[in-house]
Order: sequence, then structure tokens, then C-alpha cells
Amino acid sequence: MISIDAKKQIDAWIAKYPKDRKSSAVMQALKIVQAENENNLSADTIQAVADYLDMPGIAAQEVATFYENYNHKKVGKHVIRFCHNISCMLNGADDLIAHLENKLGVQTGKVTPNGFISVKKVECLGACVGAPMFQINDDYFENLTADKIDQIVDNLK
Amino acid sequence: MNEACFKNLTKDQCYSLKTYEASGGYSVWRKILKGELTPEHIIDELKASGLRGRGGAGFPTGLKWSFMPRHSDGQKYVVCNSDEGEPGTCKDRDILRFNPHAVIEGMAIGGFVMNASVGYNYIRGEFMEPFYRFEDALKEAYEAELLGQNINKSSVNFDLYTHLGAGSYICGEETALLESIEGKKGHPRFKPPFPANVGLFGKPTTINNTESFASVPEILSRGGQWFADIGVENSGGCKLFSVSGHVKSPANFEVPMGTPFKDLLKMAGGMRDGAKLKAVIPGGSSTPVLTAEVAMTMTMDYDGIEKAGSMLGAGSVIIMDESTCMVKVLTRLAHFYYDESCGQCTPCREGTGWLYRILKRMIDGNGKQCDIDLLLGVQGKIMGNTICALGDAAATPVESFLRNFRPEFEYYIEYGKSMVKG
Repeated sequence: MISIDAKKQIDAWIAKYPKDRKSSAVMQALKIVQAENENNLSADTIQAVADYLDMPGIAAQEVATFYENYNHKKVGKHVIRFCHNISCMLNGADDLIAHLENKLGVQTGKVTPNGFISVKKVECLGACVGAPMFQINDDYFENLTADKIDQIVDNLK
Repeated sequence: MNEACFKNLTKDQCYSLKTYEASGGYSVWRKILKGELTPEHIIDELKASGLRGRGGAGFPTGLKWSFMPRHSDGQKYVVCNSDEGEPGTCKDRDILRFNPHAVIEGMAIGGFVMNASVGYNYIRGEFMEPFYRFEDALKEAYEAELLGQNINKSSVNFDLYTHLGAGSYICGEETALLESIEGKKGHPRFKPPFPANVGLFGKPTTINNTESFASVPEILSRGGQWFADIGVENSGGCKLFSVSGHVKSPANFEVPMGTPFKDLLKMAGGMRDGAKLKAVIPGGSSTPVLTAEVAMTMTMDYDGIEKAGSMLGAGSVIIMDESTCMVKVLTRLAHFYYDESCGQCTPCREGTGWLYRILKRMIDGNGKQCDIDLLLGVQGKIMGNTICALGDAAATPVESFLRNFRPEFEYYIEYGKSMVKG
């Protein structure tokens, strides 16, 4: 259920915490396993992570559902997380989100039919001086305009 | 300008160990390794510097460090709070990206002062670029034998690790952050006991903000008095201000405490398109909003902003011009707190939902005149009735928006549209 490579990555996180505190690695373990499973967590994978870290399944489930970065339904290969909080809103984020929805033909919260891109409205991503901005997977894109969004999205592979 | 955390900002590869050391970086830490500095001396210098916690609470750092039971047996921890997520705040991201070694040195010094041999830097889960930058800096520091066990045969031990978050504003609250490092939901803890006695893994722990740690090496290398003199009474030193919103050139500025707001606005290029200033949130979304008239006479320091009727918070200055609909802004902020409430305390969990839903129906054109009193009633019931400050943070904007811009809310309810523009 958890690949050898994922176990190796998780072990590197476990090593950061005291020996009897393996469960401290759960947040990263879930992220690592999620990345290996089409950006998604199932009840089984969460249990597998819990077993690997010697913690109760429900404790891992709590973490997996409390934090925003875990996905419990299908998302795209590329997840666009568009900030719609105050600084981005003041700089036109709402119009740009509508522009992106139109361009992709999907609403926020949904995945394009080919499973390639999903869009999500998120709260402040901490890049307010570069507003409006969004995140695609690990990367931030700041000072967005409609043209810039088109260019970024068209170049996704 | 740019005297401490941003000292090397304009230099080539400002984040590298080479650049950091060339400008005197790690000189304080090396003195410590050689046994030339005592914890007492460092605490005295920090107290003299007037450095106050840069995460928002403004608690004097030197005093905080002196609370740690450094002579008690057993493991102790220092933790850096890089879980930056308060709307308007984006300074720690730049410190991590452009001056990670100052954070490392500051944390190592803190570890020495508080006799804590292990540190964790909690970086928010979305900050992958800052995370990799910080990890690279850690690697450089280990390779240069500046961290580890018995560093350079000094008998000083300090190991530093990064913990990554996974998307949760509440984990910026220090006890929720500790829960999160322990691999749990970010539910704030009851205080007391305070982290200095029962913190991470049940051990004595001190948590400081990224900017606070990053300011420490420069303060100690140039002296507490030097830092204090940059600022004004009660607000020592310089501070990063994130200026965002309707300005020409939004950016982070490291300026002396006590800088007039109007000068800061000028540094950010002034108002965009020559528009007129309408409102300012001076310290991040949890701090009371101010009208333009009040803001233009305010100075950017703890007392100056308090006198104006708000708080310095994390120095997150959000600028709004006359085209801004205050009902819409407050609705968006209310949604934020509704979304981020951890759900532990009923007044916050339920109250933030009430605030958002009342405002949402107003925006949708279904507001009633009694909604204003209802909003004030709900915010009053949250205020002071929760374990952590998120409840107050959600309630504060509601009160200040209604106090300063009440006619806009009344108009919206009456006509079902914004007074500002269609």
C-alpha cells in the first residue's frame, strides 16, 4: 500500500522527532502517500499510514480531515488553488477566478473532464504583496492578469 | 531601511551562507561556541533592545526567553512559528526565502540561552519554495559545522529541523502549532500551563515568530541599544511591514518603528491610479480597520497604532481606496474565520458561521435592518469566550467595520446593493 520509496521519504521525517514520537511525521506521511495516489487519500491509505506510524487509524483520519491540503475526492493532475482573500480580492481576484472558470469550462471545486486541472478557491496563501495570486501544485504565481493566467495554464503539461 | 532581517536583500544570492557570513553572519553564534557569551548577557541585550514578538502579540522577547527554566533537567525545545497565514501578512515568507540563515542563527542562539538542544521551524504547508530554501540553508549550516552535536568541540549541542504544515490558519496559534508538530489536529491548548513549562512533547518550549528570531543575531552583534535607538519608546528597532491592496507598488518594507503611516504609503508608491484612500487595516485582518483620516496621522509603532484605535499585529498593512465596498470586505473576512475556526469552542465555531451567514444574506440583497444589531450581538458573544485568540480575531473586524462604516451597511440592507458601486 505504501511504496518503498514513500517509506524512505517518511522515514526521513520520522528521524526528526524523538524515537517514541513517530506520529509527528503523520502530516508529511499523508502528503507523501497522497502524492503517490493521484493526489488523493482513501480510507485505506490513511489506515496504512497510521499502521506504519504505530498510531490509531482514527488519529490519522482526524489529521487527514482537519487540514486543508489533503484531498478526499478526485482532483486534477494540476490543482490550481486561487487565493480569494482580502488583498487578492482588492486586486481583482474574483474577476480572474471567473476568467479561469470560463477558460477551463469548469467551476471552482471541480475537475476538467480530462482530469487534467482542478480549481479551488482558498484562503490567504501569504503572498499578499504579489496579489492576485494562485498556487499550482508546489509553485506560486503572483501579480496575475487574465493574459498571464492564460499563458500559465496553456503551458501546463 | 533594511537594517536587520532585510540587510542583505539586494545582494547577489542573499540567502547563501557565503553572503550571510560576509556581512557578519554567525559571528554571535561563533562567539557562543567559543564560550565568550553568557545566556544572561544575551537576555539583557534583548531586553535593552526593546524587541517585541513580531508574530502579532508583541510580547517582549527578552522577557519571554528569561521565563524558560533553563536549569531544569530534561529536554527543552525552541520552536519557530513560520505558519504565516493572517490575511495581509507575507513577511516571514520573504525572510525564509531571502535570509534563512538569520532564522537559523537566531534559533540556535535561543537554544543556547534556554538550554534547548533541539529546535523546530514550523513552516506552513503551502510555502514550498521557502521550505526548500530553508532546508538548503540548514544543509549549509550543518556542513559548515555550525549545527549538530558537540559543535566544533564546544560541548554546545543544537539540532534544527523543519516541520511542514498542511493548510490550517489556526496552527499559527502557538499551542495549536505544538499540537500540530505532535501530529494532531491543530486545536489550541488551555493555558496555563504555558509552553515555557509544558510545551512540545510535554517539555519546556519557547515559541517565537520568524522575524523575531531573524532579528536576534543583528541585535546581539550591534548591541541592544543600537536596535532600541532605531525605533521609538516602547517599540524598539525596525520592523517589516507588508503593504498590500490598492497601492502602486505593494511590497515588504523594513522600516524603523515609529515611521509615519503616510511615509510608508509613499514607499509603496502611493495610491494606485491616484485614487483616494478610504480605509486601512494596519496589522492584519484581525486588527480593527481605521478610516483614512485617522490612518494618515498615525505612526507605525505599537503605541502609535493603538492610539489610532487599532493594533500593530504582524505589521500587515492593507490599503483600501474609495472604490472598496466595506460590506464585501467584511463578508470575505468573516468567511475566512468561519473557514479557519478549528471548531473546538462553541462561541467561535457557531459564531463565525452566524457572522458569515448574516453578512452573506446582506450581500445577496436579503439583509434586514436588525442584522446590524444581530452582528454586534454575535461578535460580543464570541469576544473573550474562547480558548484562543481566533475568536477575538473574528469578532474584532465586525465591530470596527460597523463602527467606522455603518452607513454603508445600512445602505446595503435598504437597497440590496453597495453604496460604493453597482
